[in-house]
Amino acid sequence: MEIYELSVSEIIKKLKARELTTTEVVNAYFKRIEEVEPKVDAFLTLTKEDALKRAEELQKKLDNNEKLGTLFGVPIAIKDAICTNGVRTTSGSKMLENFVSPYDATVIEYLKKEDAIIVGKTNLDEFAMGSSTEHSAFKTTKNPYNLTRTPGGSSGGSAAAVASYMVPCALGSDTGGSVRQPASLCGVVGLKPTYGLVSRYGLIAYASSFDQIGAFTRNVEDLTLVMNTIIGTDEKDSTSIEREKEDYTKFLVNDVKNIKIGVPKEFYGEGLKPEIKESVLKAAEKFKEMGATVEECSLNIADYCLATYYIVACAEASSNLARFDGIRYGYRSPNATNLKDLYKKTRREGFGEEVKRRIFLGTAVLSSGYSNKYYSKAQEARNAIKAQFAECFKKYDFILTPTSPCEAFKFGEKTDDPLEMYLADIYTVPINTAGVPAISIPCGYTESGLPIGMQLIGNYFSEGKMIQTAYSYEQNTNWNKKPEFKED
Amino acid sequence: MSKEDYEIVIGLEVHSELSTNTKIFCSCPTDFGGEPNTHCCPICMAMPGTLPVLNEEVVKYAVKAGLATNCEIAIESKNDRKNYFYPDLPKAYQISQYDEPLCKKGYIEIDLGETKKKIGITRIHIEEDAGKLNHDPYGRGSLVDLNRAGVPLIEIVSEPDMRSAEEVDAYLKKLKSILEYIEVSDCKMQEGSLRADVNISIRKKGAKEFGTRTEMKNMNSFRSIVRAIEYEADRQIEIIDNGGKIEQETLRWDDVSGKTFQMRDKENAQDYRYFPDPDLIKFTVSKETQELIKESLPELPESRKKRYTEEYGISERDSNILVSSKYYSDLFEKANKISNNPKAVSNWIITEITRVINEKEIEQSEIPFSAEHLGELVILIDKGTISSSIGKKVLEELFENPRKPEEIIKEKGWIQISDENVIEEIVVSVLDANPQSIADFKAGKDRALGFLVGQAMKQSKGKANPQMLNSRFIELINNKY
Repeated sequence: MEIYELSVSEIIKKLKARELTTTEVVNAYFKRIEEVEPKVDAFLTLTKEDALKRAEELQKKLDNNEKLGTLFGVPIAIKDAICTNGVRTTSGSKMLENFVSPYDATVIEYLKKEDAIIVGKTNLDEFAMGSSTEHSAFKTTKNPYNLTRTPGGSSGGSAAAVASYMVPCALGSDTGGSVRQPASLCGVVGLKPTYGLVSRYGLIAYASSFDQIGAFTRNVEDLTLVMNTIIGTDEKDSTSIEREKEDYTKFLVNDVKNIKIGVPKEFYGEGLKPEIKESVLKAAEKFKEMGATVEECSLNIADYCLATYYIVACAEASSNLARFDGIRYGYRSPNATNLKDLYKKTRREGFGEEVKRRIFLGTAVLSSGYSNKYYSKAQEARNAIKAQFAECFKKYDFILTPTSPCEAFKFGEKTDDPLEMYLADIYTVPINTAGVPAISIPCGYTESGLPIGMQLIGNYFSEGKMIQTAYSYEQNTNWNKKPEFKED
Repeated sequence: MSKEDYEIVIGLEVHSELSTNTKIFCSCPTDFGGEPNTHCCPICMAMPGTLPVLNEEVVKYAVKAGLATNCEIAIESKNDRKNYFYPDLPKAYQISQYDEPLCKKGYIEIDLGETKKKIGITRIHIEEDAGKLNHDPYGRGSLVDLNRAGVPLIEIVSEPDMRSAEEVDAYLKKLKSILEYIEVSDCKMQEGSLRADVNISIRKKGAKEFGTRTEMKNMNSFRSIVRAIEYEADRQIEIIDNGGKIEQETLRWDDVSGKTFQMRDKENAQDYRYFPDPDLIKFTVSKETQELIKESLPELPESRKKRYTEEYGISERDSNILVSSKYYSDLFEKANKISNNPKAVSNWIITEITRVINEKEIEQSEIPFSAEHLGELVILIDKGTISSSIGKKVLEELFENPRKPEEIIKEKGWIQISDENVIEEIVVSVLDANPQSIADFKAGKDRALGFLVGQAMKQSKGKANPQMLNSRFIELINNKY
């Protein structure tokens, strides 16, 4: 077995057992990156030098018998929307093409403290707005299973990097599905935690009340180790929730006997590819076989969920992205003649189309005379969505849905029609709207060999049981076909 | 119609910087000055990914201001974003409060000569200050200094209850003194820690409807505010008198030309697109906390004034002057504690000290000497060590080079001459030189005595004890001449 094929827990074990050195691990991964990255284009920045230096420091730590962190020596990739001190952080935008963050995001501090090794920053849709990573200002990331198709998005780079074994784990961020949808399209595990479980400090904001940092791994056990590292109350983030840290490895138990799963019929209707529907319903059957209670249920929010999400998220985005004005950092138009012109040209030249579209939308729905009709109304709808979820969770531990209505789609397939692209998030957006956690795990392949993912949605802070449920399914199935980098 | 047929209606929005140690959403210092961009961090510079965390001290300070102005305090409150672009506003939105201010429905009472008047406080809310632009005098561009960005402010919005520039002046002075007393702001107008937007309209006397108002932004001296109001009221009256209409607009007062200029008209009014800041959570000030803050409030000017008039017998007018500023009032209290002569201390503050700071054009807070110095000065006069005219010289010296008054008089040789022999010598020599005055005095002209004492003081360079001179002159003239 190649080093790059090891799981997170295996790497840690072998390092501690002195079967490998941290430098060997890092070199193995960079060798893999050199082979595969030219095909996949998952990374915007690679930090090989820093990683090797860190590896040496960590090996000394091990040799000196010092206390080792929970992710000791584990290479990890970071979505480029998360700030890393001294390293270029672009958020996929020309606006921040040369921006070097002067500080570490809280999750990065945690990763460093727990001895993880950052190998690079991954590609994304500009400012995390998109579902295919095609909206990156810099490059197009390819789906490792089929290089003519997108990896999903917006955390497409992280998903593709994990799927193609360039790293065993990666961080992403999920505002409307940006971890789960690419996880699904790339055949890996992706978790969007409860809003407030992971600090947002240092995550370049798209929509503050939806954004949440999540993780990608190739199996559920690895996910628990990454999650154990990144969760925790953070006094730098007012929306981070004060809560005692859980140890998710305790939930690696193959048992779903007391788990009740609802299958909401509204999520299996029009627009869902039959192959995907079949796979997810088979997974429901599998859960039943494994001893869980599985019932059809109703969660009737699809009609207004997408509108609610795009109104509130874009409103927040229009304000969050106002700071990119060419004054203090980032891109500044060289063609401006006065202050107003500087603002206009900087933003016209620095932002891509999709970002501008969402800023326009958000500005409009907050404008005087429209704010009540749109923004306030959407907030009401948001409360109604939360109430519907709450109702569901009175009866069920988890709700099972497809993660994405379609498998990995071709480049350009949806870029001409923004609405078509927005529909790719139809199953993931409601979760961020309610703030509850959800996980995407592989549950099959299409006939053409593309991964299919299913989504388990849980109540607030149900990550532990959610991990147990996902782990049990994983133990009883075998969806780990390696990507072949097909070119047609 | 004449000016007297109109009534001026004025409301104020006062911004006051709070004197908390750290900024409102990060832990940078709030100190005024400092090299540009040295009191900053990724948060107040709005680096991508940073988040605000509300400084609880700011809430406490604002609640203090609310309680001291008789406001209702909201138990639950939130922060909103006010969106607009300007280079001094790093996030391109200001975190403020929109529809749920922390304090509302208060009032303060102002003194207008013999009468008092209540001015309503609509609301007080918390928000962050912006940075500062330093414009290159040679037109080569502007530099942004973010030291001030994120310094906490309260905005105090009054009802349109004021009817003249005098009322505005009284309101501002009262408000300033309250904020100083409760120690939430140092109210240094020249440093911009207290500034006001003035809303003004006119209407015919007796009219019920308000006229269209104009707003004058960012005024930062009492004098300009009074001048600006007078100018703007006249301008509006003239327009109406000539059959014109007042346009709702934002104006800028130019102190040099003494005129207002348009900043933007109604059509160009900004749409701030307020919405609740999703990075911050609702915050609460429980009834219990409010009670605790209330109990911690120091004695307010009204109550001090009552003590001054009733216990010390100081006139209403003088008491008003003393309590109008916390610096004066504190100076008075401390100096009085030492000298135990309230009337003398009050006189020194109101006449001499005020005269000197007016001459020097400095703020009361910039008085360089301590209350102990003033108290000791009063004692030296009371004991007869120096005369009050020497006292004035000592005071001048205290402003120049503050140190113990006793040291000053020793050093300068200003100790009062109370030696009977020396006094006798001076009196005799003055009498010898002024026979006419002796005659005048005998003829019943009291003024002659004053002249003689004056001459004696001159001769002694102000050091002779005037009471002793006085009585010795009378004795000698009556007995010997």
